[in-house]
Amino acid sequence: MLPNWQSPTAMKVSMMQKFSQLYQALDQTTSTNAKVAAMVDYLQQATAADAAWAVYFLSGRRIKRLIGASLLRSWLHQSSDLPEWLVEESYASVGDLAETIALLLATPGKRGSDRTLSDWVENHLLPLRTMPPEQQQALVTRWWEQQNYQQSFIINKLMTGALRVGVSQLLVARAVAEFADLPRSLVLHRMMGEWSPDEAFWYALVSEDRGETVSSRPYPFCLASPLEASVDTLGPIQAWMAEWKWDGIRAQLIRRDGETWLWSRGEELIGTRFPEITAAAENLPDGTVLDGEILAWDNQAVLPFSELQRRIGRKSVGKKLLSEVPCLFMAYDLMESESTDIRSLPFTRRRAKLEALIGQSTDPGFRISPLVAADSWQALAELRESSRQRQVEGLMLKHVEAPYQTGRKRGFWWKWKVEAYTIDAVMLYAQAGHGRRANLHTDYTFGVWQNDTLVPIAKAYSGLDNSEINELDKWIRRNTLERFGPVRSVTAEQVFELAFEGINLSTRHKSGIAVRFPRIKRWRKDLSPRDAETLEQVKRLINPVPEKDIVADTSSEDN
Amino acid sequence: MVSEKSAGKSIRIAHPVDDLIKATDTGLACDAGDFVIDPMKRTRTAVISHAHADHARAVADHYYASESSVPLLKRRLGDDQDIRGVPFGQPIRLGQTQVSFHPAGHVLGSAQIRVEADDEVWVFTGDFKRDHDPSCEPFELVPCDTLITETTFALPVYRWQSGAEVVAEIAQWWQDMQQAERPAVLFAYSLGKAQRVLSELRAFTDRTVYLHGAVYPLTEIYREAGIDMLPTAAIDLDDRQKKYAGELIIAPPGASGSTWMRRFPKASTGFCSGWMRIRGNRRRRGYDRGFVLSDHADWPGLLKTIEETGARRVLTTHGQADALIRLLREQGMDAAELAISYRDEGVDDAEI
Repeated sequence: MLPNWQSPTAMKVSMMQKFSQLYQALDQTTSTNAKVAAMVDYLQQATAADAAWAVYFLSGRRIKRLIGASLLRSWLHQSSDLPEWLVEESYASVGDLAETIALLLATPGKRGSDRTLSDWVENHLLPLRTMPPEQQQALVTRWWEQQNYQQSFIINKLMTGALRVGVSQLLVARAVAEFADLPRSLVLHRMMGEWSPDEAFWYALVSEDRGETVSSRPYPFCLASPLEASVDTLGPIQAWMAEWKWDGIRAQLIRRDGETWLWSRGEELIGTRFPEITAAAENLPDGTVLDGEILAWDNQAVLPFSELQRRIGRKSVGKKLLSEVPCLFMAYDLMESESTDIRSLPFTRRRAKLEALIGQSTDPGFRISPLVAADSWQALAELRESSRQRQVEGLMLKHVEAPYQTGRKRGFWWKWKVEAYTIDAVMLYAQAGHGRRANLHTDYTFGVWQNDTLVPIAKAYSGLDNSEINELDKWIRRNTLERFGPVRSVTAEQVFELAFEGINLSTRHKSGIAVRFPRIKRWRKDLSPRDAETLEQVKRLINPVPEKDIVADTSSEDN
Repeated sequence: MVSEKSAGKSIRIAHPVDDLIKATDTGLACDAGDFVIDPMKRTRTAVISHAHADHARAVADHYYASESSVPLLKRRLGDDQDIRGVPFGQPIRLGQTQVSFHPAGHVLGSAQIRVEADDEVWVFTGDFKRDHDPSCEPFELVPCDTLITETTFALPVYRWQSGAEVVAEIAQWWQDMQQAERPAVLFAYSLGKAQRVLSELRAFTDRTVYLHGAVYPLTEIYREAGIDMLPTAAIDLDDRQKKYAGELIIAPPGASGSTWMRRFPKASTGFCSGWMRIRGNRRRRGYDRGFVLSDHADWPGLLKTIEETGARRVLTTHGQADALIRLLREQGMDAAELAISYRDEGVDDAEI
């Protein structure tokens, strides 16, 4: 202790408190180095069982929701002695249920729990699942009242799902690697796939490299960066290979030891949802791992993403859906061949092996993503203009020498998307955001004209900078027509240019259309609501559209 | 006061008069007393609740204010202004009304304004808090018929820890930064919050704290008023030799992200505000640390004050009071929002 300080005597800090301190440290800094340092510091103090759970939660995994949000809200209402609407109002203002509970009920100044993280999870939280609701309520509400804010918040977060504290799986792997003095890629690989957070897992995670593979374990995906600069900056086109950028589900197909695993990028096993793909995989030799895209595909063409969505939601699929929306695996990389990890080979060599493996396959469950040949960037740019007719998002550019990278490393894989669709639409509703943006209206609903009324067409969350968000928030508060809980309807006055990636007919939406990835391109203060698009004009954007119309449409926004 | 009520009532029935205090473009206007409380536009006579810029503007010919706020007001409005200091609790006559100032516990000299006319008592809380604060006069409860209250933090999620507990966290952070040999730059409003921290820190250390140019002169005024605080020194930007590693620096929030910060390489930044209670605000601001320290009443403080004043009618000034008004109405009270706001709605960094 420094000489001229009078400090309270150090209290013994429990492992659960250490974990909540780690959470706060991660939450309070934006520096990745500081985050890694905080995690390493925690791992040095944690027991193996706690470390396993910490890695589990921090890397974004979650225990299946133990108690539904509406039940928690009703218990909160009962415990708080506040009218139900006031609890709801508080929740709407905070934007996070776990936090709202802690803010309303936690006792300030309490010391917090003496238990370890693993004790909390295994002996207190998980057993809730099999209890009758009255017993759950008695236990949970007692915790709410006994804990201080930080502990209550963490316990609520664990109970309701993900921790979400702004660290990626990659960053957690970096911390574990630093702690255990192992290569980062090895740790990351060991963290992939399904595992249970126990002592055995932790010891295996930090054990020395034995060159092991677990047959189901996927490799970390290589991610592309959006190409913002001109393609000319990439040097001669001969150093690059181009493929269409498919709009499907990124997936990794593993065939090892006579078994097949199909992993999504979110590391979910999705094989049962795509039986035609897993059936095709049975013909692959053992020790094969493919990277590619799951697409809805009918004969010679990719189907709209909205069709694929019908398959995503189902754990198992019936015959009717299988025949209406057939799917295939569009393979574009080979990571493991003949049981050997070939990720360090240059792209051209992996591509050659991939072509040798399935290039000649007639199985309808597979296709190989064709190369898009062009001898100049200019020629490639022209081909890219046909993306919309092909139902693709643009082009992927892969460096011929590029190894299969771990995560997003700039300079090897670029996504070169076509210009987005744009329309002018009027703001109709606003809602306060969540988390970082609680208290501010950041979620907006926009409409376009149908005769004399505005029909909602898109919700958008991003695209404005902080000062615009603040300005708009003030405007929204002054121009609220009606409030429906956290949602406000506002005067139809503000016009925004929206950009989106795709558009399809939809029976689920009032407007009759659904747009993909809508976002705000700019705030058009120069336009009046009457300048906004009509629904008819928007519907005309739906494919198929002659190429020159699209070109005209996208170029007009630059004027 | 209660015993003479009936007379006042009969007059009002015969000549239905307007409210004693009304929200106007100029501010909270009292026609019977011919003055405006905390005016925002040109007027003759101002009655000022406290020296923060959103309440004390140089727009009046004459000012009345609490005695202990006069040095701060002169600093803010100019030495040549006609500012009359009135001791707390001492009534003065303005027009047909009797006006007195009562401590609001917000900052040094901050006052609630009590206005009495025709046996009717109105109190404007100004900005206030109920929590202990060694740097200003403690809040005094003033019974009234109509209470005009601030409602900056009018939701039940806003409950404060004591200032001493929060400042203990600040002291710990400072100590950590001392060990890490990094400057600790604390952003706090330059009038009130900064001095409250300096005063509470006395319990932990006797080290010198360095002050931004906007904080230093105001702190000197506090010191002259006899407030016990840590020793302070103004930051001399020209002194290139001085290193601030391990030192605590207090600056107004506006200095955050300015070129001024370049003087403090590797600084850890902290922000003192009631808004820091909400995680989203903490994260959005991008400070390394958020300390939940407010000079405004929290939710329990607002409810307690409304109840204890015995007011039959509650009017609010700061917006964001929908929930409070609805709750009071459900409890059978006459509550409404006044069309006046001393700031923009939404999260305000300064929280003054």
